[in-house]
Amino acid sequence: MTRPLLEVRELRTHFSVGGRGFMRRKSVIRAVDGVSFSIHEGEVLSLVGESGCGKSTVGRTLTRLEAATAGTAMFDGRNILNLSPAEFRPLRRDIQMIFQDPFASLNPRLSIERALAEPLFIHKLVRDRWTARKRIAETLELVGMDAKSMSRYPHEFSGGQRQRIGIARVMILTPRLVIADEPVSALDVSIQAQVLNLLKKLQRDSGVSMLFVSHDLGAVRHISDRVAVMFRGKLVETGKKRQIFETPRHEYTRRLLESIPRIKGRVG
Amino acid sequence: MVLLDIRDLDLSIARGGELLPVVQGISFTVEENETLGIVGESGCGKSLTALAIMGLLEGSAVRIAGGSIHFQGRNLLALAPVERRRVMGERMAMIFQEPMTSLNPVYRIGDQIGEAILQHRRMSRKQVHERVLELLDLVRIPDPERLIDSFPHQMSGGQRQRVMIAMALACDPKLLIADEPTTALDVTVQKDVLELMHSLQTRTGMSIVLISHDLAVIAETCDKVAVMYRGRIVEHAATSALFSNMSHPYTLGLLGSIPAHDQDVEWLDAIPGRVPTLDELISGCAFHPRCFAAKDSCRTVDPVAAAVAPAHFVRCHFPQGNST
Ligand SMILES: Nc1ncnc2c1ncn2[C@@H]1O[C@H](COP(=O)(O)OP(=O)(O)OP(=O)(O)O)[C@@H](O)[C@H]1O
Ligand SMILES: Nc1ncnc2c1ncn2[C@@H]1O[C@H](COP(=O)(O)OP(=O)(O)OP(=O)(O)O)[C@@H](O)[C@H]1O
Ligand SMILES: [Mg+2]
Ligand SMILES: [Mg+2]
Repeated sequence: MTRPLLEVRELRTHFSVGGRGFMRRKSVIRAVDGVSFSIHEGEVLSLVGESGCGKSTVGRTLTRLEAATAGTAMFDGRNILNLSPAEFRPLRRDIQMIFQDPFASLNPRLSIERALAEPLFIHKLVRDRWTARKRIAETLELVGMDAKSMSRYPHEFSGGQRQRIGIARVMILTPRLVIADEPVSALDVSIQAQVLNLLKKLQRDSGVSMLFVSHDLGAVRHISDRVAVMFRGKLVETGKKRQIFETPRHEYTRRLLESIPRIKGRVG
Repeated sequence: MVLLDIRDLDLSIARGGELLPVVQGISFTVEENETLGIVGESGCGKSLTALAIMGLLEGSAVRIAGGSIHFQGRNLLALAPVERRRVMGERMAMIFQEPMTSLNPVYRIGDQIGEAILQHRRMSRKQVHERVLELLDLVRIPDPERLIDSFPHQMSGGQRQRVMIAMALACDPKLLIADEPTTALDVTVQKDVLELMHSLQTRTGMSIVLISHDLAVIAETCDKVAVMYRGRIVEHAATSALFSNMSHPYTLGLLGSIPAHDQDVEWLDAIPGRVPTLDELISGCAFHPRCFAAKDSCRTVDPVAAAVAPAHFVRCHFPQGNST
């Protein structure tokens, strides 16, 4: 393979907490503490691990929602961690994030059309409403929704539909890297499968690269090419999906796989 | 011996001058030392059923429209509120689905657990403190000495969930209702928490009602299972019977939509369509618009629960299992 699209080296993101009040010591939380990985064009890398191990913080640092403490993240040859906000702005279109909560990520006062038009205008991808509307209609159909739904408001949709809209809002920008942080865990079980299938299909058809953050190992197996296992701020193992699931090397990975509840006597 | 016996429970929600049925004719029993699992779509009425048992619907828009809830032989719905709260406080405990809304944000978590202990037992401050640490340790909270002084917002979702579990276990309940107790947790912690509940059950003989959307969690931990769809129990059986002979198309759909971690499949068998809203009227069987097995009769006639095997009930015109 050629040069990776994203190459993260020794990434650290620390938070300092406490310090106020009588006798309370200030302490440092090393949420991400020396993480290195790379993602190639068209590849899906999953990040799995214990609750609180720092997965979301990795994603949030790469989209610059948190400031990195140290390390580099080369995207297309440039270190995105030390670009100025003005230098980073054009890259926002290329690096998009899908959030866990489909309810919180849509503005309740904006129609779906406006919610999807906004990023198109911000990134100057269209100049007029007609072109925008055409793009929006196409993208809604792409995520399996009726183009007519663009005149409606978020509260008129179910959780699964809102997550589709969230995905549409990301895909309409034709990003090069999508960071999806637990994109299906807030959804109903029967709807999770629909959205996972959709993400996989969109990823294949568009060839976008993806960092898929999840604690659902079934979903991870379904969608990824490679898997990185995180434990207390560090990666303990990275490998091809098959290798991680079938011949895990690190003790924590083995424990993770052994802990998955199983359905015995599956119906055939 | 039967500890909890629910018969034909109906719950309705008052909305805009109307009463919308939300739980319809639910019946099940839980024996001492037994675990019942309830699984189903989001919004199908699992949490409301739990809140009805706990007597926590007063003051909400939800009404108990019919049926009975017997606990240790007494109908809780016929008791005076004071008496009812006493039974409930002493012998039942619940782990709530949303720990953030059920923990008090302005009190340190150690004090909240201590409070729960003191409601049931007299102890010195020092004993309470020790018991709190013991409980936090039991639910595998790392560094309990430090966390005991935290406020809820200073903890991760998983940590808050474990605090809720510690509080529920503080009083050695006869009946523990656990509403999605491990959904926010990763599998290693989930395993510990489920094992913890099981070992307490072995020791104290308590009964558990475990609400989960995760069929695998139910399969591993429950003696019997009730599958709910849109306010009704659509399939009900002993766990082994259910998993060896799944009969309702919805139950099969749930199983099919779980991505497997031990094999590669190209596409998941998702259940098509979406979860209906409460005010949508669906004629016939409520699942028919999404059902692969639906025929004309499903669109017009609502099926009743029928046995496909001894003690295995299914509400479907065309059950899919192998013993029909
Ligand atoms: N803004 C913040 N200030 C202080 N600590 C934080 C902050 N954000 C995250 N943390 C801490 O950093 C650690 C990692 O958090 P993060 O949200 O990345 O975990 P995660 O792996 O995504 O967990 P989960 O699976 O529960 O979502 C946690 O201990 C968390 O409490
Ligand atoms: N206090 C309330 N007032 C009005 N409607 C309510 C109230 N609580 C719940 N509902 C509605 O009743 C229905 C059943 O809710 P319930 O919380 O029992 O669902 P659930 O099966 O627990 O779902 P989930 O898996 O999402 O937790 C839902 O449609 C919900 O919106
Ligand atoms: Mg997270
Ligand atoms: Mg619920």
